[in-house]
Amino acid sequence: MNVTSGIIFQVLQSVLVVLIAPLMLGWVNQCRAWLQNKSGAGIWQPYKVLHKLFHKDAVLAHNASPLFRVTPYILFGCMWLAVGIVPVLATSLPFAPAADVIALVGLFALARVFISLAGMDVGTSFGSMGARREMMIGFLAEPAMLMTLFTASLISHSTSLATIVETLGHREFVIYPSMAFAAVAFLMVLLAENARIPIDNPSTHLELTMIHEAMILEYSARHLALIEWAASLKLTAYVAIGIAIFVPWGIAGAGDWIGLPIALAALVLKLVGAGAGLALLETVSAKMRIFRAPEFLGTAFMLATLGMLIHFLLER
Amino acid sequence: MDFVSWRPIEAVVTLAVIWIGLGVIGLALMRTPRLITGAAFPVGALVSLALAATGLWAIGAPPSAAILPAGLPDLPFHVRIDALSGFFLLLLGGVSFGISLFSSGYFRGNGGQRLGLLCLQYHVFLASMAFVLIADDAYLFMITWESMALSSYFLVTTEHHQEQNRKAGFIYLLVAHIGALGILLCFGVLHGGHGDYTFEALRAANLSGFWATVAFLLAFFGFGAKAGMLPLHVWLPEAHPAAPSPVSALMSGVMLKTAIYGMVRVIYDLIGGIRWEWGLTVLLFGAATSLFGVLFALMQHDLKRLLAYHSVENIGIILIGIGLSMVFIGSGHPVAGVLGLIAGLYHTLNHAVFKGLLFLGAGSILKSTGLRNLNEMGGLIRYMPHTALYFLVGALAISALPPLNGFVSEWLTFQASLQAPLLESSVVRSLVPIVAAVLALSGALTGMCFVKVYGIAFLGQHRHAFAEQPREASGWERAGMLWLTLACFALGLFPVFMIGELNKICLALIGTGLSDEAMASGWLWLAPTASAQASYSPVVFLLVIAAVFGLTFLVVRLVYHGRLRRADPWDCGFPAQTSRMQDSADAFGQPIRQIFAPVYLIHREIPRADDPQPVFRQSVEDRHWYAMYLPIARLTEFLSGHIGKLQQGRISVYLLYSFLTLIALLVFAQ
Amino acid sequence: MDLPFHAQLINLFAALLLLLAFAMLTQRRILSLINLFAAQGFVLVLSTLVVAYSTHQSHLYYSAMLTLVLKVLLLPWIMHRLIRALNVRWDVETLINMPATMLIGIVLVIFAFNLATPITQFAGTINKSTLGIATACILLAFLMMITRRKAVSQVIGFLAMENGLFFAATSATYGMPMVVELGIALDVLVGTLIFGVFFFHIRETFESLDIHHLEKLKER
Repeated sequence: MNVTSGIIFQVLQSVLVVLIAPLMLGWVNQCRAWLQNKSGAGIWQPYKVLHKLFHKDAVLAHNASPLFRVTPYILFGCMWLAVGIVPVLATSLPFAPAADVIALVGLFALARVFISLAGMDVGTSFGSMGARREMMIGFLAEPAMLMTLFTASLISHSTSLATIVETLGHREFVIYPSMAFAAVAFLMVLLAENARIPIDNPSTHLELTMIHEAMILEYSARHLALIEWAASLKLTAYVAIGIAIFVPWGIAGAGDWIGLPIALAALVLKLVGAGAGLALLETVSAKMRIFRAPEFLGTAFMLATLGMLIHFLLER
Repeated sequence: MDFVSWRPIEAVVTLAVIWIGLGVIGLALMRTPRLITGAAFPVGALVSLALAATGLWAIGAPPSAAILPAGLPDLPFHVRIDALSGFFLLLLGGVSFGISLFSSGYFRGNGGQRLGLLCLQYHVFLASMAFVLIADDAYLFMITWESMALSSYFLVTTEHHQEQNRKAGFIYLLVAHIGALGILLCFGVLHGGHGDYTFEALRAANLSGFWATVAFLLAFFGFGAKAGMLPLHVWLPEAHPAAPSPVSALMSGVMLKTAIYGMVRVIYDLIGGIRWEWGLTVLLFGAATSLFGVLFALMQHDLKRLLAYHSVENIGIILIGIGLSMVFIGSGHPVAGVLGLIAGLYHTLNHAVFKGLLFLGAGSILKSTGLRNLNEMGGLIRYMPHTALYFLVGALAISALPPLNGFVSEWLTFQASLQAPLLESSVVRSLVPIVAAVLALSGALTGMCFVKVYGIAFLGQHRHAFAEQPREASGWERAGMLWLTLACFALGLFPVFMIGELNKICLALIGTGLSDEAMASGWLWLAPTASAQASYSPVVFLLVIAAVFGLTFLVVRLVYHGRLRRADPWDCGFPAQTSRMQDSADAFGQPIRQIFAPVYLIHREIPRADDPQPVFRQSVEDRHWYAMYLPIARLTEFLSGHIGKLQQGRISVYLLYSFLTLIALLVFAQ
Repeated sequence: MDLPFHAQLINLFAALLLLLAFAMLTQRRILSLINLFAAQGFVLVLSTLVVAYSTHQSHLYYSAMLTLVLKVLLLPWIMHRLIRALNVRWDVETLINMPATMLIGIVLVIFAFNLATPITQFAGTINKSTLGIATACILLAFLMMITRRKAVSQVIGFLAMENGLFFAATSATYGMPMVVELGIALDVLVGTLIFGVFFFHIRETFESLDIHHLEKLKER
């Protein structure tokens, strides 16, 4: 593999994912609308919303500090880095060694801390409530997420996502029972981390239930647009991590130009499937009380731990 | 003097003596307090810097030893400096440089007498820590250890007119002496009744399995008491808030680390022959300590107390690293053991840096607003933007967020724990990743805690009217904090250099280092085992985020616009909001209190429904006081009550005691 | 690891069994509990079929059929009818809170895996390590019986325990003799029926199915 093709792959993937992330969100919303027997706003709606928001004048609270203003950009930068690292299309990305799965979890934590701080910045009751809840979900989800990733790392003897994909996807087919546990746990973490039902409801502003929305109440215009975009990027990044670990087949190898169209087609298929699945899951489940969240994520953690134990028992 | 032939050891001894001299000069300058803050402390800071450089030099240099022309006639003091001592001297010097700079600003405005004493105690404290790190016999070690404890006791009780501080100092001294007793006994066991008390002789002692374990346990709990390990942590949250902030920074940042130094020195170097059972003990205590520390930190609203509990947590994390290393070494996998030890030692350095920074930040807040209670702060970022920035860096670093330094050492600890499949015993093998998950949990909880601290102290609206408008910290103070902030960045962005140095320590101590492949991947990429297995590059990490930040900013401005309008906060259209509707520090911890309720001892006073002036009170206490300390105190009281009966007050009875003792001894010696 | 494909399948089913055992442990609703029990039975049938196919032991086909009829269809059906008749579709109240239960569960799994390690070295079959999972399933089901307050879920726990035993038998030793198996099947069936009758009596006596009321029956 030469450096040029690596960089082209890197740029191609980053730009592509950043551009299609809102589409992913639109697709999930559209599927949900269909499942609920509504016609839906169409899959392009998120782009229209972003465009509208970018056009507006930003309104800032009088006492908002500089931290409040830089947070959307930091958030966007973190998420961009995340989708640049996860092997979505190909495994041979020059940026990929910059962060392994643990650093990726750290990256999401960084974004979470900044958005929570921004939520507390203006000093409103909702903002700090949202920040408190977000950090609660975060500290519960993080260990579960790490255990899930540890299981995958133990199988492939590596915490680098590229190596994990190559081990799991590019060798002959082997069933890893531990991955069944890890997959369920990962799905639960994904729902919690991306403010989806049953932990949070992305489409409500009901004060008792909101988490993510509560923190960003004070944001408007371009700042809000960047945050919304970053949120859709985060969802896509999580789905991409899930794809990379649990269904890695089709991701192109090092400098593999012929594999690229196949990888692209596989990616679209997987994302469409994942989006529909997510919508289905959100339709059939109800939002939990906030204090059921520890139980939910505790279960995720336990499943991930079990997966690891099973790996030690069955797979070595 | 012949400076050319100096080895690190001469330099260190000289620098430490200069510190003591500075202290004495400070005491003499009592009449001119301005000279103390303007000259003595900055010169002390320069000495720190020189010490740090010497430490760095010593890591690479061969061990050098010397015999001091002091001590008892037949018991001269032995000193020796090797890579491990060098690393801790680097830590001491590097961190105390920032703290001394800060002190020259912070102590300004104090009375001359107090300042002179403070200067003496402060520098004696620094010097005795330096001597602890280079002591090469048990005798000098114990003397300097005790003088370290005493000088810091006087520093803790600087504000001794408040009873609370005197109490805190007493508890500190008590626990410190219990720990010292353990260490002393450990040296006794190692000594075994033959040879002398130089570390050379102790190292050579051949202990049986049982006595080795006894020595390990004594050393572990003895040093653990000083470090603030779980059941012996109680002095920490009392002593740190009582001491002046730079002293808290020094105690938390550096003094706790001397305990880690002692632990590593005694267990790895003097006892040797590490077993995995010992490692498991350290590992489990470490995990419990880290989780406990952060859970209690989340319950605090006193900023310095909160930071003190975080010291407990971070000591736990360091112990996890060391415990992992011991488990691996004990089961015959020294390379994985090296990784664990490097993680532990790196976290030791990182914690010193960011905790020093955070305590200094807390000191600035205390000096400028007079507040330690988070519930009364708010919106400080508008008055103290520099302090706010430095504190933010410290908060992000302690929360183990990339690309700062705290993350690197946690990342290394995770990598070490992922070597678990090497282990034979299936129980230990399953336990190690679970401990890693505990580490992840406490890391994430730390993040929550510092969102609370930062969000409540610096962001939002202020909750009470300030007596006077808070002022930004002075130049000296900012310089001290800036130094530590830069250290956070340097250690976070370029970890490979320091890990190379730490590798030398492991080579000296364990006899093995990281694999060549790990060291060959260049300064940009941190890959402790092999680059295909795990790699992390904080520089690329930061650059990409910064680049996207700038790019997005430009694109948004160019394609759209940058128009901005200021207005009142929206808050969902809620009209009548006041600053009291923000979360208080206690409210922010409420989810934790609910989820981890069994850990705490919670007292609640809930008002009745018809109360005209309802008041809700709640306090969270540490169960250890009631489960462990109070029973021991009561037992002691009971025993001393009985022993007190010996005291009759009549001379003839006392003479009888002496007589009986004499007779008994004569019979015994017969 | 270079296991043949069928062995990998059996490992997968073993993992699923454990997953379902945990799901049952943390499930609050009786109705879902019964469905999970049926699912566990179904996984058991599949794993028995794989063992039968790979070892060419025809009697395992029969026992798979027996399991299918009994544990996937008949017993869940009986239970469904039972709870409809008793009108006990309420949420299960646990004696210990969920996170604690799960932690105990994990400790049990580590214990079971550790327990099974020396035994598996003597086992002759290819799927030695499934014994650890079977043990874990049994212990978890036992734990479920301990932590539940309602009699119905205790019966399900009892049946789940039997599932674990059966799995141990098929995967580790290629099945028990047919006679034993038939006997156990009959026992389980009759046991459930008797329990059903008991439920009615308990409820008639105490107007509730909470076993908490049975505590009054002790002599004093």
